[in-house]
Amino acid sequence: MTTLIAYLQARLKTVVTICLALLAVIAATSLLIDTHHAHTWAEQHVPFFWSLFGFVAAALIIGAARWFGGSGIQAPTDVYDRTLLPCEEEE
Amino acid sequence: MTSSFLHPSLILIAGALLLPFIQGPLRRPYLFLVPLLALGAVLANTTLTGNFGLVDFLDWQLVFGRVDKLSTVFALIMALMAVIGTLYGLHVDRAGEHMAAWFYAAGSLGVIYCGDYVSLFFFWEMMAFASVFLVWFRRGPNSLAVGYRYLLIHTIGGIILLAGILLRYQSTGSITFDLLDVAHPGLATWLIMIGFGLNAAMVPLHSWLPEAYSEASFNGAVFLCAFTTKTAVYTLARACAGMDVLVVLGVIMALYGVIYAVMENDIRKLLAWSIVSQVGYMIAGIGIGTDMAINGAVAHAVVHILYKSLLFMGTGAVLYMTGKTKFTELGGLYAKMPATFFFTLIGCLSISAAPFFAAYASKSMIITAGFEQHLNWAAWLLMFGATGTFMYNGLKLPYFLFFGSNRCSKATWDKAADPTWNMLVAMTLGATLCVLVGTAPGFLYALLPHAVDYTPHTVYHLMETLQLLGFAALAFFLLKKYVEPVDRVCLDIDWLYRQAGRGFLWLVRHPLQWFDTAWGEAYRVVGLGSLMTVSRFWSWFDWHGIDGVVDGIARGVRALGGKVRVLQSGQIQVTLFYVSSLAAVVLVTFVVSQLL
Repeated sequence: MTTLIAYLQARLKTVVTICLALLAVIAATSLLIDTHHAHTWAEQHVPFFWSLFGFVAAALIIGAARWFGGSGIQAPTDVYDRTLLPCEEEE
Repeated sequence: MTSSFLHPSLILIAGALLLPFIQGPLRRPYLFLVPLLALGAVLANTTLTGNFGLVDFLDWQLVFGRVDKLSTVFALIMALMAVIGTLYGLHVDRAGEHMAAWFYAAGSLGVIYCGDYVSLFFFWEMMAFASVFLVWFRRGPNSLAVGYRYLLIHTIGGIILLAGILLRYQSTGSITFDLLDVAHPGLATWLIMIGFGLNAAMVPLHSWLPEAYSEASFNGAVFLCAFTTKTAVYTLARACAGMDVLVVLGVIMALYGVIYAVMENDIRKLLAWSIVSQVGYMIAGIGIGTDMAINGAVAHAVVHILYKSLLFMGTGAVLYMTGKTKFTELGGLYAKMPATFFFTLIGCLSISAAPFFAAYASKSMIITAGFEQHLNWAAWLLMFGATGTFMYNGLKLPYFLFFGSNRCSKATWDKAADPTWNMLVAMTLGATLCVLVGTAPGFLYALLPHAVDYTPHTVYHLMETLQLLGFAALAFFLLKKYVEPVDRVCLDIDWLYRQAGRGFLWLVRHPLQWFDTAWGEAYRVVGLGSLMTVSRFWSWFDWHGIDGVVDGIARGVRALGGKVRVLQSGQIQVTLFYVSSLAAVVLVTFVVSQLL
């Protein structure tokens, strides 16, 4: 398996091209699928709905995590030591 | 116990107690045999239906063996997990670690089979007190403190649960562990739900989970990821099905866990956040409460145990071999740990609900149930969370751990290799089950509590999933520099209670200490001083007043005695003289008085 991975890594551009082509095929195929069993209007009528949903949702989650982390949630690893109260530092 | 019902917890407890006496070459076969026997007992119990193991205790009848479809499916997966988990840690020599794991599994099976709140509480606490040892046995610099925090939180949860049980008993006179009045929940119902919910890591009562599971021993985490939260899911499915608030709480858990997992730098903490998120799906399903939703929640609990234990086995292998758990200290490991990479990848695809992998058969059931109940907001948000699950678990974890930049030190890289045979066998078993459940979910659906009218293998579901995962992957690779792991910790709600604890300590050590000192000084100056003055007066009075009178009489008697002693010369003629003289004086006095 490691040989296969090394082989693919050596041809990364080709792999990326094939993956993008596959995505295009998947998106195009979604237009041919019967959607009348879908639960919502959006699924039935918006073309490439789940493709858009997946992309936008992933981008939103990355953005939200980035903003959340940058707002102070991601702290230095010694944060709990540095935020000790003076009485504990004395010990 | 009724002869037809054999409680698997008894086998595990007896096995654990005997384990220290089994030494040498017999140890490993014994380790494998005991959980296997427990699994055998559960399999034998699947042929039964009804209440067994009835014991009269005080005024109550305890039920140790309630066998129905719900308890059976959970008991089966827990017993199977005990086998896989023990197999994974088969080479661990420390008997205590296996004993703790078996007591923990016994507690879980005890909860699952019990039919009353008294025995439930007993097994519930057994789980908490046994599982903490799986954290302590890591013996890391933080293990002790983390273990104590874990125990403290679970003790609080246990007290809340007990309060709910007692209130319910007071109002209904019943200890039966059954569906609560979720349509009109009283205080007892709320307390019981919160007690169960704490073990299910409901936000905001979840902080114990990422902290403890990432700190546990490499094989302890495999047990931890399976038992506590999923046993809580079982209890909620049994007691709180259809409780509306659970839908909201479940959705919050699903999304909260995703955001933290995306930010996380520790591979096992990422998986722990993933548990919070995935249990959120189960909680939401229980809250929706329809047959399909409950089936979905139960099915997801089962497959979650399979893939999450597989993921913890994969990351545990990395920890075991390299001693490292941070993305920023690892990377590029596929070349050194190919088998571990392969099994971990199967776990990643399974949790991502990729077609033909485990969660493909379960997660969509819950979401479909949400849409069918017209809870569209919940269903959409769960779909949103599912995209996030693929992001952090299907892409971030394997990419930055096994590919990406190689951040390993030379020592880490040299140590990296696939683990021992038993760990690989356990991972093979888990991975096989993940693929089996995903491709042919019929055997799982047959075990679910309600009849299943659902198939995941439709063209629409397949295309929906392929689009969702494919385009989420595209977004990930376009934006991956923004999810690059950094060596930071993520502050969570635990920051609040750590600060509250420190605030309490500060309060004790500063204002309360000052007040105590001031009070002592005031007492010394005012209270003690005046007391001493009063004492000195009474001492003086005692000496000069009371003792003066008493001593004066004594001194008078002593002086008189001295005078009398002078008269007592000891010579008989002197004594006769005094007596005769006195008699003469008395006689003369008498005669004179008669004459007058």
